[in-house]
Amino acid sequence: MATFKEFRNNVKPNWCPGCGDFSIQAAIQRAAANVGLEPEELAVISGIGCSGRISGYINAYGLHGIHGRALPIAQGVKLANRELTVIASGGDGDGFAIGMGHTVHAIRRNLNITYIVMDNQIYGLTKGQTSPRSAEGFKTKSTPEGSIESTLSPLEIAMSAGATFVAQSFSSDLKQLTALIEAGIKHEGFSLINVFSPCVTFNKINTYDWFKENIVNLEQQFPDYDPTNRIAAMNKIMETNGLLTGLIYQNTQRKSYEDMISGFGKEALMKQDLSLTEEHFNKLVAEFK
Amino acid sequence: MISQLSWKIGGQQGEGVESTDRIFSTALNRLGYYLYGYRHFSSRIKGGHTNNKIRISTYPIRAISDDLDILVAFDQESIDLNAKELRSGGVIVADAKFNPVVPEGIDARLFAVPITAMAEELGTSLMKNMVASGASWGLLGLPLEVFNKAVEEEFGRKGAAVVEKNIEAVKRGAEFVLEQAGGPLDEFKLDEADGRQKLFMIGNEAIGLGCLAAGCRLMSAYPITPASEIMEYLIKKLPALGGTVVQTEDEIAAVTMAIGANYAGVRTMTASAGPGLSLMMEAIGLAGMTETPLVIVDTQRGGPSTGLPTKQEQSDLNAMVYGTHGEIPKIVIAPASIEDCFYDMIEAFNLSEQFQVPVIVMTDLQLSLGKQSCEPFDYNSIQINRGKLVQDAPEQEPQQLFKRYELTPDGVSPRVLPGAKHGIHHVTGVEHDETGRPSESAVNRQNMMDKRLHKLDGLYVRDGLRTDAPSETPDLLIIGMGSTGGTIDQAREWLANDGVTTNHVTIRQIHPFPTEQLIPHLQQAKKVVVIENNATAQLAGQIKMHAGFADKMRSLLKYDGNPFLPSEVYKACKELD
Ligand SMILES: Cc1ncc(C[n+]2csc(CCOP(=O)(O)OP(=O)(O)O)c2C)c(N)n1
Ligand code: SF4
Ligand SMILES: [Mg+2]
Repeated sequence: MATFKEFRNNVKPNWCPGCGDFSIQAAIQRAAANVGLEPEELAVISGIGCSGRISGYINAYGLHGIHGRALPIAQGVKLANRELTVIASGGDGDGFAIGMGHTVHAIRRNLNITYIVMDNQIYGLTKGQTSPRSAEGFKTKSTPEGSIESTLSPLEIAMSAGATFVAQSFSSDLKQLTALIEAGIKHEGFSLINVFSPCVTFNKINTYDWFKENIVNLEQQFPDYDPTNRIAAMNKIMETNGLLTGLIYQNTQRKSYEDMISGFGKEALMKQDLSLTEEHFNKLVAEFK
Repeated sequence: MISQLSWKIGGQQGEGVESTDRIFSTALNRLGYYLYGYRHFSSRIKGGHTNNKIRISTYPIRAISDDLDILVAFDQESIDLNAKELRSGGVIVADAKFNPVVPEGIDARLFAVPITAMAEELGTSLMKNMVASGASWGLLGLPLEVFNKAVEEEFGRKGAAVVEKNIEAVKRGAEFVLEQAGGPLDEFKLDEADGRQKLFMIGNEAIGLGCLAAGCRLMSAYPITPASEIMEYLIKKLPALGGTVVQTEDEIAAVTMAIGANYAGVRTMTASAGPGLSLMMEAIGLAGMTETPLVIVDTQRGGPSTGLPTKQEQSDLNAMVYGTHGEIPKIVIAPASIEDCFYDMIEAFNLSEQFQVPVIVMTDLQLSLGKQSCEPFDYNSIQINRGKLVQDAPEQEPQQLFKRYELTPDGVSPRVLPGAKHGIHHVTGVEHDETGRPSESAVNRQNMMDKRLHKLDGLYVRDGLRTDAPSETPDLLIIGMGSTGGTIDQAREWLANDGVTTNHVTIRQIHPFPTEQLIPHLQQAKKVVVIENNATAQLAGQIKMHAGFADKMRSLLKYDGNPFLPSEVYKACKELD
């Protein structure tokens, strides 16, 4: 069985020292090993941004696509080969601005993939513009007088879109993050894990210290919290202003998309023979006579 | 005895025009006639005038006719709008319910048949289509048994009683009109057809069937006219083959999902029209850059923007050839017949895997939606070629990645699929080295650009040019693409009668442009006319840019939403003469 070291490659990330993304990379590598995967059984599909580079830093199959489209690409990979473990990953701009449409519909569709958002409340790669996750009043290069748009709550959106697995974590809490990614991989359906991942270069507000002060850890502070209760989950997200971490909601009743497609087998579609028998072909043609 | 005839049915959208046409033409197909259909419709669901025209012939035809022999009308508007097409002495079969009148100046015989009344007598006005097609059938003096068999097949699932009633409706329609006319009309007596079994289908269905034959097992798409029939066909057929169709949230999702699935090894396609193609552009670049196979069908309609969404046009050519930023290899092929729609899909999937490039299959509304007879497809010619796909790579040294983008003499690199034990590599739209890792090295950039862009050097696809070039020094070379071929051939017959010699080249390989193959044809001709359904002469632009000969080239353009008529092509060519 592969250890987490086997999920490392020799590419040096080009992230700034101290960037939260390093720990997310480590957590994915650990979780993959902990659930018993071999590197070739994992595909990491990422978007564009500082965060999007992650697929190149993990020893596994990886595709670094275009801005905002990690999810539809990842869903295509999963449909083609459901035997692979598919992780989609990208920034808050990638998933909640340009790719928001895909995020909501991927949640509704509920394919068995894990989506890890590296949420730094800012656009890192383009050097510090506002993101849908930025706080109101947040001053950035593109909002010199402070953002005047309301802050998006991806957790509430996910809940209302019918998500079957919603979690949030903080890159400094490697233990919790690793456990949540493992749970996400094991969940039979779409899992959303939003991860606070401080951008030390462009976000001077939402810093490591800021998160440490403001985060509510569900497990520690609400030991009786029941993540199968949808209404309670929604309430808790609102009560904590979205700053809670842990497993927020899980629905194990709903089947994954793959399991609901008529005629879809358990074996990877990519393993099937491409040819059509003559008998089948003739039957299809007969409809046009 | 005549060898061909034109028939049209008109009415309000949603009142049975489609089904009348379907049942009438299916029965004609059974008798072995060649058929060519044209649908005039608007983007409304109920209401609004719509009409379907079919040309019926004892020999192969691939064009609508200028004129009309029989018009079946469900309302006066259908008569008013279409009677001018009737040739003198033509026939109108109209519902007696609305007291039909023949417009002034039109020389046509009117048969007012109580279409609605008869249908209602039998229980439902829905059966209007049966009465109307029965009346048409009767006028042609064709055997009712064949028609009844088609009815049985259409309604068999609904039980014997329904079949009975419909057959009765057909019979009443036929009997009524025959009594009025005093028997079948001599001038509409068609020669017997050759009786050979043909297929009768629209281009989109042939595309769908072609996908299945090509081993395509997934489609991701967003609905749009005139492409939706492809997804609607495939969702009915793919489950039996273990595959599926995903209706995505938009065309960007559709194309990127297809890229993901192709990357993971399943032949996957998407289909759209101009607006969707515009949304796909960035992703097409990703497929080009990452050398991921991808097949897209663009069923062109009237643009720009929402344009004329239910009308004919061929104006996306430049978007297909040039669309996406930066420079990538890409193949654009344009089927020119129903048979092409089928075989070209197999070709498209093979090319996309052999060269690891996006392939766009370009149709137009008339080819995608016009229902026509075609030759049966040849099962034995179906061949699947997955190019340099390998099951697995040899074991790599520790920390070494598989060279997915290895520099090879032909520019195409071996490809493994995710899941393979030793094949791990990276894929990115960022410029990358042989293992797929990002690289900004100038030398690597040059090598990788050259590798990708030279993959298609010298490419010539099956029938890249379809030529009918009987003359070594034709007065006129006519060049077209897509659905216009049959119309051009019809005009050429008339031109030949006038002593004008013509050659005809249909350009099927739009990109990379088949310059070398086309030049000899251009050289031979005294004059050249390029015929296309757009306003800016996009095909002629390609020819001039790649092959030259601008001095003797003229364009015939039509962009009013309607396909060319043979007479228009004939007249324009005569004027050049
Ligand atoms: C279509 C498109 N528009 C814009 C860009 C430029 N761009 C690259 S990354 C990015 C936003 C990055 O922010 P985020 O997704 O939050 O990722 P981060 O860098 O913060 O990890 C933008 C706007 C692009 N690559 N593609
Ligand atoms: S700019 Fe911010 S998000 Fe990007 S690598 Fe640096 S710290 Fe990380
Ligand atoms: Mg960000």
